[in-house]
Amino acid sequence: MRLLTHNMLSSNIKGVTNGFPLRIEVEKVVEKEVDLNMDFLRNMFAKIEWKALVEASRTMGYSELPDDAESSMLDSDEFLRKFHHALLELHLEEGALVCPETGRKFPVNKGIPNMLLHEDEV
Amino acid sequence: MLSKIARINLVSSHPEVYDPCDDSFALVDALLADRANLLERHPSICMEIGCGSGYVITSLALLLGKEDSGAYYIATDINPHAVRVTCETLLAHGCHAEVVNTDIASGLEKRLSRSVDVMVVNPPYVPTPEEEVGRHGIASAWAGGENGRSVIDKILPVADKLLSDKGWLYLVTLTANNPLELCLQMRKKGYASRIILQRSTEEESLHVIKFSRDLDTLLEANECMALNKTENELATESSPFTPFSIWKYGKRNFN
Repeated sequence: MRLLTHNMLSSNIKGVTNGFPLRIEVEKVVEKEVDLNMDFLRNMFAKIEWKALVEASRTMGYSELPDDAESSMLDSDEFLRKFHHALLELHLEEGALVCPETGRKFPVNKGIPNMLLHEDEV
Repeated sequence: MLSKIARINLVSSHPEVYDPCDDSFALVDALLADRANLLERHPSICMEIGCGSGYVITSLALLLGKEDSGAYYIATDINPHAVRVTCETLLAHGCHAEVVNTDIASGLEKRLSRSVDVMVVNPPYVPTPEEEVGRHGIASAWAGGENGRSVIDKILPVADKLLSDKGWLYLVTLTANNPLELCLQMRKKGYASRIILQRSTEEESLHVIKFSRDLDTLLEANECMALNKTENELATESSPFTPFSIWKYGKRNFN
């Protein structure tokens, strides 16, 4: 699971109002090289919750992202490279996503998050 | 030459996962036939709900030129075996999609709201007793409840929430699902619809419907609502199936 996907996931448990961002528990991180595509990064930047991405990347052991970001920074190659790496190249292979409100853990195995709910959570 | 769609011998399988079949091929053929429009559209987020073997999402990624062309592919399935098989199929083709084990798009709806440019769905559309819906394993790939509509009727409101302003939804349906009624229902939410592929097999008659969020249709639907027209009047005034296209199929080789 890329951090891009982490940035798009919220706790879906019934009654939870503040389910984003999910806290990451890391067991195994894998890095996979991806070709950098500037148009894609520019498109995605507008959709990303920056603070959640910064926090998530630090949990995964990457602390190069600045605390704050604005679209003008997309002109910097260095910024793009870091954004690209955090968003697409860091994969949570094994671990869990934790609901910030209830502490319920959603397991991540072989890079696939399991967001299925128990009957009493729907 | 690289294939534009997934190769069947590279599609992974599992006893509890639905193998690519006529409906999967129909959906991929419809996407292939619409490829020029898809490329022109430059989708940045593409999503499949119910990815099963991964045949469709892999084909979509291949026919749009893999991920490096700049799209985020995300695929969901409620079946834990299916998400694994999808990952294997993607890997075998050198493609990447993010795969999430979830019910429809649960957990993704908030943040992906109004963001998905292209959505593809081959839902469980087979009419079955209602109690068969929601069973684990391979039954989740086909059990559709009354008229095969139980799961489709859950997916459409989610699609409406997730699709971007110019979002497209490609949906496989069966005649028994009442595609005309589905089109009218989506029209009220502001979608133009077109049957882009129809195919009859020995067992079933399949349609692939393309829904496009469209401002003119929304305005028209609002006007009709304001005039309190009934569905029947709407249906007779103009068919949502126009323009209506039927492809004839023989043996085709896409390699």
